[in-house]
Amino acid sequence: MSTLPQTESSPLLEVRDLAVRFQLERPGGLLSRGHDELRAVDGVTLSVRRGETLGLVGESGCGKSTTGRAVLQLLKPSAGTVVFDGQPIHDWWVRKGRRWVWDARLRELRRRMQMIFQDPFASLNPRMTVEAILTEPLRNFGLTGGGDRRRRVQELMATVGMDPRFIRRYPHEFSGGQRQRIGIARALALGPDLIVADEPISALDVSIQAQILNLLARLREELGLTMIFIAHDLAAVRHISDRIAVMYLGRIVEEADAHEIVAAPRHPYTQALISAVPVPDPVQEATRQRTVLSGEVPSPVNPPSGCPFHTRCPLREDRCTRDVPVLREIAPGHRVACHLVE
Amino acid sequence: MAVASGGLILLLAVACLVGPPLIAATWGYDEQTQDLAYGPQPPSWKHPFGTDFYGRDLLVRVLSGGRVSLTVGFLAALVAATIGTVYGAVSSYAGGLVDAVMMRAVDVLYALPYMFLVIILVTILGKSLLLVFLALGAVGWLLTARVVRGQVMSLKQQDFVLAAKSLGTPGRDIVFRHLIPNTLGPVIVTFTLTVPSMILQEAFLSFLGLGVQAPRASLGALINDGANQMLVFWWTLVFPGSVMAIMLFALNFLGDGVRDALDPRMRR
Amino acid sequence: MSDTTTEPSPPGDDAEAVLTIRDLRTFFQTDGHVVKAVDGVSFSVRRGETLGVVGESGSGKSVACLSALRLVPSPPAFHPSGEIRFQGRDLLRLPEREIEALRGNRLAMIFQDPMTSLNPYLRVARQLTEVLEVHQGTTPAAARREAIAMLERVGIPDAGRRIDQYPHQFSGGMRQRVMIAMALLCQPEVLLADEPTTALDVTVQAQILELIAELQASLGTAVVLVTHDLGVVAGTADRVVVMYAGRIVEEGPTGELFANPQHPYTRGLLASMPRIDTPPTGHLEAIAGLPPDLGHLPTGCAFHPRCPLASDRCRREEPPVVAISATHRAACFEVEAGG
Repeated sequence: MSTLPQTESSPLLEVRDLAVRFQLERPGGLLSRGHDELRAVDGVTLSVRRGETLGLVGESGCGKSTTGRAVLQLLKPSAGTVVFDGQPIHDWWVRKGRRWVWDARLRELRRRMQMIFQDPFASLNPRMTVEAILTEPLRNFGLTGGGDRRRRVQELMATVGMDPRFIRRYPHEFSGGQRQRIGIARALALGPDLIVADEPISALDVSIQAQILNLLARLREELGLTMIFIAHDLAAVRHISDRIAVMYLGRIVEEADAHEIVAAPRHPYTQALISAVPVPDPVQEATRQRTVLSGEVPSPVNPPSGCPFHTRCPLREDRCTRDVPVLREIAPGHRVACHLVE
Repeated sequence: MAVASGGLILLLAVACLVGPPLIAATWGYDEQTQDLAYGPQPPSWKHPFGTDFYGRDLLVRVLSGGRVSLTVGFLAALVAATIGTVYGAVSSYAGGLVDAVMMRAVDVLYALPYMFLVIILVTILGKSLLLVFLALGAVGWLLTARVVRGQVMSLKQQDFVLAAKSLGTPGRDIVFRHLIPNTLGPVIVTFTLTVPSMILQEAFLSFLGLGVQAPRASLGALINDGANQMLVFWWTLVFPGSVMAIMLFALNFLGDGVRDALDPRMRR
Repeated sequence: MSDTTTEPSPPGDDAEAVLTIRDLRTFFQTDGHVVKAVDGVSFSVRRGETLGVVGESGSGKSVACLSALRLVPSPPAFHPSGEIRFQGRDLLRLPEREIEALRGNRLAMIFQDPMTSLNPYLRVARQLTEVLEVHQGTTPAAARREAIAMLERVGIPDAGRRIDQYPHQFSGGMRQRVMIAMALLCQPEVLLADEPTTALDVTVQAQILELIAELQASLGTAVVLVTHDLGVVAGTADRVVVMYAGRIVEEGPTGELFANPQHPYTRGLLASMPRIDTPPTGHLEAIAGLPPDLGHLPTGCAFHPRCPLASDRCRREEPPVVAISATHRAACFEVEAGG
């Protein structure tokens, strides 16, 4: 785990009340009107310091991937602010006809923030050679030319631990882990400050996951990267993150230092989540206390009133069905959104 | 199978190209040389396919007719494929209102009687061979457009497209360098379905007198003539018909093979 | 496990074993070469016991289970050797009709992806009652009653109404419960579960694993749980079998295996997993190299290209099975007997 750098205190990224809402057409015939609203992200506030790794954890439907994309402006936030290095980048969209597109500043910003995708199969164009894939970003921004580009591409391959001679090959000739390395190389091609890794290891074999985690940690050190690591695997997230934010139904329910959130979770959902993570130690598994939640995650199309977690919370009170809890700092660096934690 | 078909098509194409001039050089007649006194005769050593009503050697006519048919077929299908691919890809990527309008236009054109349009075009613009296949191609791109649009609809959801966007790749490049190359498989298959279809359409035009003009002929025209006389001069139908049938079969198998060969995943 | 001496009987193979797989080989004939998906695997499972089968992609764990139910399409698969003993018969040699009578009835299987494992066009009721009607000749009315009771037992609320819904109206976890209900309706002796919780959220996974354990306790079913997750195995399995490249590399009771892992692959897996119960270290001890290509396996021990202890012997010869204790064995040259 890296130590936090002693640099300037202003965060590289500040997100406030971020919301992403989708309008879904209600199915069922010509006469049914109206739309259902899917609140994928429902008011997320977080900040990331330079050089820090923030882990974003949650189960399916919690909105963590959507948050990652909204932060990078790969989709337009419905509400809220995203300030990157002091700039309000959420404002840098322009209307073109009926659609919103990036303005020149957002396009230029691509050089500073990039994403690593989950599916090593779908994230690389099957018809492009590795060289073409890695050259594309360089070409888009007119970086280096001709022979220099090839050298840069080979450098990138070496950086992620791949043999530079393989640049003539196609993605399908590589294993999942190798493809993920190519994806990482691509994200690094423009020299970004911020990397959002969206489930980068979930689709990989266990023995390869460790390799990629090590690679990411090493690159972060060498290149001074700031990272948002999105995953549902709490153990992996804890390994690589400085701080962790736990999401549920589009909101952050708890946020703290990585080791603290696992050692002393305060939110009932976090507690249940941690107790559900299997540990490869039969003695512990036999003796540990489990909080097994009842029911399933409600649909983000019709979120429950009040606290989104109240339908499954073992500690639920009346208040919880009515009032939405606010994310509040209960100890230095430790925030929780729960009525019962004061 | 595909390789055999490819070889066959190649053989046919070469024969059609080289045959007539060769025969002209060797025996001194081409597809238009008439011998009215000789008249229609069944296959013989001198004329392996027989002769037609005007005493013209049928083998030469079939070969040169084959040349015309293949040319028309391929070029028209190529025009159709190109227009259709670009149209479908752009429409699908643009999405929203643009896509809706573009595809409604396709729907309308699809509903119109195809032959009717071709006939009108050819009648207005004249009967040159060039115009024939332009007209065919201009109307035949609709299927490809739909196929490509469907492909692109699912492709554009894939992560590699989002990755390209996030790397600053402009929309035009995404369509032409990412989306279209990944639609090649279905486009090739549609192309090989279109070629025989174009050949047949041209034959129909010939039937109406709008296709290739006599005394030059395409396979379709030859088949037509032959059909009229088949009870009496069976060879005038059998030979052009068989060659046409073989050509169409071979094209289909070839298409499958080309599609498989183009798929980088199948390359081992 | 493969070795050059006579095949010792697998641990647990006594009169209580409900299902015994002996020296199973499942090969696939592809153009050019043969893919050895399962290459000499033996294990057994007793009544009421849970056997964990652990491995990554290419280990052969799924194919082994599918082979037990003869669900591997052959051609292109074939079994050059092997015996699968169940109720005194060899499943590999039974005629298709007899296997069909056993599938879903005495031996059941649940799969990984709850999205695609249920027929989206049929109501759940139909899919459940079909099992009872076909195998036990139950009348439709009685079958429906039993099905509803089973759905309640697996924790589907409002089962009487929901049984008439379609699969897409259930969430992932619910669908998996329906699958479990379907599998256990006839109270089979053996349940094969192929990565049943991999596609589910971790909190739902906990629920499903708890459910399987509960049902197993009351029905006495033998469960073969296939997974890549050592944590799941630690929490649910009585005995563990670790597979790599179509072979078993280590096996033993769960407690022993985790306390004293001997095979370098098992140790590598354990060392490379990030865990929440231990303080994070800076670096994970990752296993080097890539997963095996089953069409082109190396000579000798299949793991040697990635093994930190690989010697010349490992590259040339296949390792023998070494007994670490009466119940714990590993296939490796570098492991000492009784160690």
